Amino acid sequence: MISTTTLFGLSSVVLVGLGLFGLIVDPQPLRKILAFNLLGGGVFLLFGVIARRGAGAGLNSDPVPQALVITGLVVAFAATALAVALLLRLFQETGQAMTLDTEDPASHAPARSNDP
Amino acid sequence: MMQDPSNLLVLALVLPVAGLLLTLVVGGRYAGRIALWLMPVGLAVAVMLVISVIRADDALVYYLGGWMPPLGVALRADGLSAIFILTTVAVIGATGIFARAEFRTPPGQPETRTSLTFWALLLALWGALNLVFLSNDLFSLFVALELLTFSAIPLVCLEGSAKTLAAALRYLLFALFGSVLYLLGAVLLYGAYGTLDIGLLADRVRPEPVAWAAAALMTVGLMTKTALFPLHFWLPPAHAGAPAAASAVLSALVIKASLFLIVRLWFDVMPALMNPTAAQVLATLGAAAILFGSVLALRQARLKLLIAYSTVAQIGYLFLIFPLIVRPESVAFAAADLSSELAAAVVSTSAWSGGVLQAVSHAFAKAAMFMAAGLIAQSLGHDRIADLSSIGRALPITVLAFALAGMSLMGLPPSGGFAAKWLLLTATIETGQWWWALVILGGGLLTGGYLFRVLAPALFGSRESVVLRAPVARYREVVVLALALCSVLLGFVRLGAFDLVQIGRLAKAGMGLP
Repeated sequence: MISTTTLFGLSSVVLVGLGLFGLIVDPQPLRKILAFNLLGGGVFLLFGVIARRGAGAGLNSDPVPQALVITGLVVAFAATALAVALLLRLFQETGQAMTLDTEDPASHAPARSNDP
Repeated sequence: MMQDPSNLLVLALVLPVAGLLLTLVVGGRYAGRIALWLMPVGLAVAVMLVISVIRADDALVYYLGGWMPPLGVALRADGLSAIFILTTVAVIGATGIFARAEFRTPPGQPETRTSLTFWALLLALWGALNLVFLSNDLFSLFVALELLTFSAIPLVCLEGSAKTLAAALRYLLFALFGSVLYLLGAVLLYGAYGTLDIGLLADRVRPEPVAWAAAALMTVGLMTKTALFPLHFWLPPAHAGAPAAASAVLSALVIKASLFLIVRLWFDVMPALMNPTAAQVLATLGAAAILFGSVLALRQARLKLLIAYSTVAQIGYLFLIFPLIVRPESVAFAAADLSSELAAAVVSTSAWSGGVLQAVSHAFAKAAMFMAAGLIAQSLGHDRIADLSSIGRALPITVLAFALAGMSLMGLPPSGGFAAKWLLLTATIETGQWWWALVILGGGLLTGGYLFRVLAPALFGSRESVVLRAPVARYREVVVLALALCSVLLGFVRLGAFDLVQIGRLAKAGMGLP
């Protein structure tokens, strides 16, 4: 029988794995943003597990990771908001938001000149 | 207040942030003026910081709220931080003067959003960079990196076209990937050692699996943000698409912040983990960056993209310092007696100085090049390299500045780039790693190649006269020239002055090894 802490730890590993896979493999920007949130969730959960496991000095749990997780959540939220705002704007400009590759000037083919 | 020099650390952070808040309150009309007034003050603070660090001959430390770690959070400025803070304020100040014409609100006209955004973000960038250089806590560093990302990304897409928006979004996704990996590493370190303070971690970290995993995650995360090959794909479109003033700051400073953290991580946080294999891997990636970046720069048709790929290449040099500071074991064991131990210390010092000099001179040179490209693009209406013929006649000062900055990148004497590459070469020979010397020399040749492609037609083109679409203000040309001259004059800095690099280092270079 595994303890709750271990269970949460394993879930965080799964979340991190899924998030990393999505962020690297999926070509769609919106899915990449969602994968980033999954990955972030996994990291925060892991931090929570560490707080629980590392609780010493008679406390129920270590308060430092909890404080840091709150800050981390705020940062991740801001990052998501910025990413979604950029994606929406890109959609308004181009009418499609499924890929970032259409406008890629960094392609390895000899660069073409884009100026009129 | 100046009784205690550690107050300078707080001042270096409060100045840009206060300016940013003030800008948001009073609006875009005065934004440029606020920023330009703050920058001389910031320069004075940075100079005083450097002097205080030299005078104290030790790192300056400030405990926030008087709480000591592990309970509190500390700010710490050693010689390395002081150098980077001074470079930052110099480049950002020059950018501010350069950008005044582009992002000001003329009297009697409604203020534009672009103007407010640019100045607010420039101040935010400055504050975030100072926070990266001063933080002494892995979580504060995470927050600082995120602040830096959030202020850098809107600068990429100030223009608002679909192409720059896509570049910004791609940059953001790469940066977020990097910061989550960094955070995961920091969480693992906290779980294993119960602290995030750099000083405490340095004592506690042991070479064991959890520390290795954390180091690998954090290094890959930071490499993504530094755009080290093979994670460089986001950089060229992002840096080439931004307005010239923004590209200058992004290419000169922002990528150096995460590089600074990699150095801090390996030499200050986990000196116990540093070993020749890891160092060789990092340097191999650096060497690949030099070669691929230079070759791709050779093939670009647009001036700004060429400069952006040149950044990818120049970053590579900075990763060559790792194996030069951490010698291969054969050399380390050969250094058995005291005198050769002393000689080894001298070698690692020259690698350190070379690396820092490369970072600083690249910052000035690259800022000058992007601004010069911006002036050329503004006056011609395009930046196609094929059509730059005879531009040297129309914009002599700009092209001179471009050439001087290029001289520093190539490593021609007497520039800062020459001194840096000379120090690195000396270190490769003295540590018996001649293969890195080949990379340094080959990279210099390739750099010469792609700059020749631009400069030869620009200076010796056959066209009689060039019609400029828009005139270029003389003071903007002078700013660009001043930056390029800074990069060249760094070659004359007495090399002893770069002992400043060693002040306040937690673990002396390479001393963690047997």
